[in-house]
Amino acid sequence: MTELKRIIKAGFINFKRGGSVSFASVLVVTITLFVITTIILFQAVLYFSLNLIKEKVDVTIYFNVGVSEEKITSLKESLLKLAEVADVSYTSAEDNVKKFRELHANDYSTIAALDEIGSNPLGATLNVKTKEISQYEDIANFLKSDNALALGSSDIINHSNYHNNKLVIDRLNNIISGAQKLGFLLTLYLIVSSIIITFNTIRLTIFISKEEIGVMRLVGASKMRVRGPFMVEGIIYGIIATIATLVIFWPITAWFGRNMTEFLGLNLYNYYFSNFLQIFAIILFSGIILGVISSALAVRKYLNK
Amino acid sequence: MIYFNNVSKVYKDAVALNDVTLTITAGEFVSIVGSSGAGKTTLTKMIMADDSPSQGTVFFESINVHKLKSKDLTKLRRRMGVVFQDFKLLSNKTAYENIAFAMEAAGKTDEEIASDVPHVLELVDLSHRLFHFPDQMSGGEKQRLAIARAIINQPELIIADEPTGNLDPINTHEIVQILKKINDLGTTVILATHNRGVIESVGKRVITMDNGKIIRDTKNGK
Repeated sequence: MTELKRIIKAGFINFKRGGSVSFASVLVVTITLFVITTIILFQAVLYFSLNLIKEKVDVTIYFNVGVSEEKITSLKESLLKLAEVADVSYTSAEDNVKKFRELHANDYSTIAALDEIGSNPLGATLNVKTKEISQYEDIANFLKSDNALALGSSDIINHSNYHNNKLVIDRLNNIISGAQKLGFLLTLYLIVSSIIITFNTIRLTIFISKEEIGVMRLVGASKMRVRGPFMVEGIIYGIIATIATLVIFWPITAWFGRNMTEFLGLNLYNYYFSNFLQIFAIILFSGIILGVISSALAVRKYLNK
Repeated sequence: MIYFNNVSKVYKDAVALNDVTLTITAGEFVSIVGSSGAGKTTLTKMIMADDSPSQGTVFFESINVHKLKSKDLTKLRRRMGVVFQDFKLLSNKTAYENIAFAMEAAGKTDEEIASDVPHVLELVDLSHRLFHFPDQMSGGEKQRLAIARAIINQPELIIADEPTGNLDPINTHEIVQILKKINDLGTTVILATHNRGVIESVGKRVITMDNGKIIRDTKNGK
């Protein structure tokens, strides 16, 4: 316990007396944490935008005129049992014709033709949304199959717009998975680069103390007694850098929230504060781990004697 | 107390120690003399296990120092005090903290540290420098501080490697007197130096080295 108390005290004193070296280390850890926070917010915007695009994609199943609601509801329930399906919504034939009239309210000839027919020429529809864009093909295949759940569905289905939309769906699917991969690679690259830069900066600051580490060992200090204060310093770097990073992002997200919400589709300021605890935990954990591991690894090199 | 048994140390293209066999008994004051590169520093480093021999063994009492595990080596080093030509003080610690660090390393309590540190600084006439950093002290004061750090845990052995190399004659004399006093109190002292005047003022056993070999070993050497 006394040993731990001495190690912590020495860490704080070394940090305080380190002056510009301590400041440089905090600055570099802050830059790394800034990159990590930027990536968190970038991922939030990316996933928000991708989800928005995904939500706009759906497939509509058009039923033959006069098919009973009961049969359609039964198919709807079968679809809902599929793992790929996120939502299925039913629109009756009457609602469809009402929507059609609203949509073509200014198109006199179309409305006149509809009136001429006398009866409702439109059938009911089911609007299907899957969890992933790539799963629409599975739904199309399901509807065509002889699967017990879809039994008899081919008799009541007029057509679905999947094949008309296939090209768009496939392209969107490629764009989304491409964006996700690019986002992941960019994240990986930035995080790895920042960690390497931080590690090397901390290693350089400890290199200055290389000779003193040797002296401490010759005086009879245990490895932990030598390494400990450097690790405490690493923790201090992490904590101060976390506070600095979170403070810096306050005005930045506020600016984005005020000026870029329409463009991004997401209010970054609200996102930052509604997820503040999670972001704080991630940044603090990253900062401390980065500081401690960098320090411990750097000191280890000079501890062998 | 210390036994060198046919110890050789070969660096890439230089022989630092060449088949050295030597015994130092407890309580002795041994001066090791020789020109630069004679092997004095390598010899002292072997005792501290700060360097390992290419051949041969070094014993501290019955312990082969180069066979020790890291933990045991740390314990052994607590039984020695070391003084270097370039002082090797901890630059970001005050005089008080430099000595307190050696005591903490030896597991002393805060109370012991608080009572012993001012006392030992008084012994080396540094009471007025208690909270000064090494950068704020003269060469002689730094070396006295290094000696205070070396003796604070009452070691059985003091190794002083060229402790007067950077000092003027007055400070050199003071340091030698302190080392003699420490020896008078029963601590074994090994002093490596190339300063003839220092050896003459000590007037005790002198081992002369040249090209890594012991060429002379005299009891009351000059």
